[in-house]
Amino acid sequence: MIEINELRKSFDAQQVLRGVSFSIADGETVAIIGQSGCGKSVLLKHIIGLLQPDSGSVVVDGHNIATASEEQIYALRRKIGFLFQSAALFDSMTVFENIVLGLWEHGEREEAKLRHIAEEKLSMVGLRGILDQKPASLSGGMRKRVGLARALAMNPKYLFYDEPTTGLDPVTSDQIDDLILSVTKQYQATNLIITHDMFTVQRIAKRVIFLSNGLVYFDGTPQELENSIDPIVQQFIERFGKR
Amino acid sequence: MNIISYIGQKTINFFEEFGEISRLFGRTIAYVKDIGKDRSLLLKQMEHIGTGSLPLVIIVGFFTGMVSSWQAAYQFKGLISNGFIGSAVSRAIFIELGPVLTAIVIAGRVGASIAAELGTMKVTEQIDALESLGISPIRYLSTPRVIAAMVMMPILTIFANAIALIGAFAVANFFLDITGKVFFDSVQRLFHLKDVFGGIFKSIFFGTVTALIGVHVGLRTTGGAEGVGLSCIRAFVISAAMILILDYTLWTIIF
Repeated sequence: MIEINELRKSFDAQQVLRGVSFSIADGETVAIIGQSGCGKSVLLKHIIGLLQPDSGSVVVDGHNIATASEEQIYALRRKIGFLFQSAALFDSMTVFENIVLGLWEHGEREEAKLRHIAEEKLSMVGLRGILDQKPASLSGGMRKRVGLARALAMNPKYLFYDEPTTGLDPVTSDQIDDLILSVTKQYQATNLIITHDMFTVQRIAKRVIFLSNGLVYFDGTPQELENSIDPIVQQFIERFGKR
Repeated sequence: MNIISYIGQKTINFFEEFGEISRLFGRTIAYVKDIGKDRSLLLKQMEHIGTGSLPLVIIVGFFTGMVSSWQAAYQFKGLISNGFIGSAVSRAIFIELGPVLTAIVIAGRVGASIAAELGTMKVTEQIDALESLGISPIRYLSTPRVIAAMVMMPILTIFANAIALIGAFAVANFFLDITGKVFFDSVQRLFHLKDVFGGIFKSIFFGTVTALIGVHVGLRTTGGAEGVGLSCIRAFVISAAMILILDYTLWTIIF
């Protein structure tokens, strides 16, 4: 379970989060939406302990991220699979090494087993036969898929997606959405999707949190969001409802 | 008033950065206990920093030795016999030229490449990706690089010293008509083991500070390709300055 209470964060004079509060129960699939710069990614980085709050708290599985030790935070991160906006594949490593790095670092050293896991996760995201390629030789969509395979490698309890369809063409974006849906069905993970793509929200999310001006502006189902008559919500839907 | 606040701000920044580098060093050393597990990372860095730098170190060492012989002969002219060139040149090489020039060359090659590699990883979210996999970037990236530089810099310095001595002898023998016996007798006459070990001891510090600054600057990189370029320059400039400051400080302690 993730609990966020009165989270505030500023960078120099710019206040990005002004007291964000919400909680996410185990197994939920939640989309966090909002305009660029509204603090979506900053919020996500607080949840995995990459940023420390100025005030307020982020509690994941009972551990307060602000007060947890480095070991506790690293242990917590092993439960989290993270698909980065840019996929963030390690470009000095092959696809195989990228996928199994987490497992290798946390003690799994049997080559045959690692290879089997890498092939399994790769086929789960619809790719085959690229284990020995370097990320530089892959397309944007393939990189995202490999990034997702890496996120799935440690069978995470939580799956975080940071702008999974940004920078992709509409067809590839649909494929990534399908993939997230299929992964959501296969894994009983808690899914948190940062996006401003309303298609992704409508297809995947069961709950939507709309951040505006550093605060939670809307919290409800995608249907409630769609039916909202609030002008700010409507403006956002009109702006980002197209691919 | 503006100048005072500018100097004040720069002073605060300097101490803040110094504190951050000290903290990074502490965290890097704290992970040395895991180095057995990370030996493949360590060996890769030792190869990159050590073996990869050898050709450059050989060139720098050889030419440094050669020019030292010419310099000594020029300064001795009419005052001291050329028979003393061996001792004068070897002591300069062992104490100063070998360790310091090797360190500055390595700062350019290795320090800047560490900053570029880690800087690129930072701006492309690869550092965040490591963190998200529960892997400490300090353990995975910093410790192998700093330890490899700490170990390889003295070895490179020993190579540089030997090659520089050969270069010095080549000039002495071919251009100054000094025989091998005269040259090496002269080296031996004023040879102090302390000179050699003092230089090697200094190089351990030079290696550590070069890698540490490369890691520190790399991990603080912002702003895409331009930021990575600036980090390379910054890593080299700070490392080179720190090597010279450390050289002076260690000289006063050791010699």
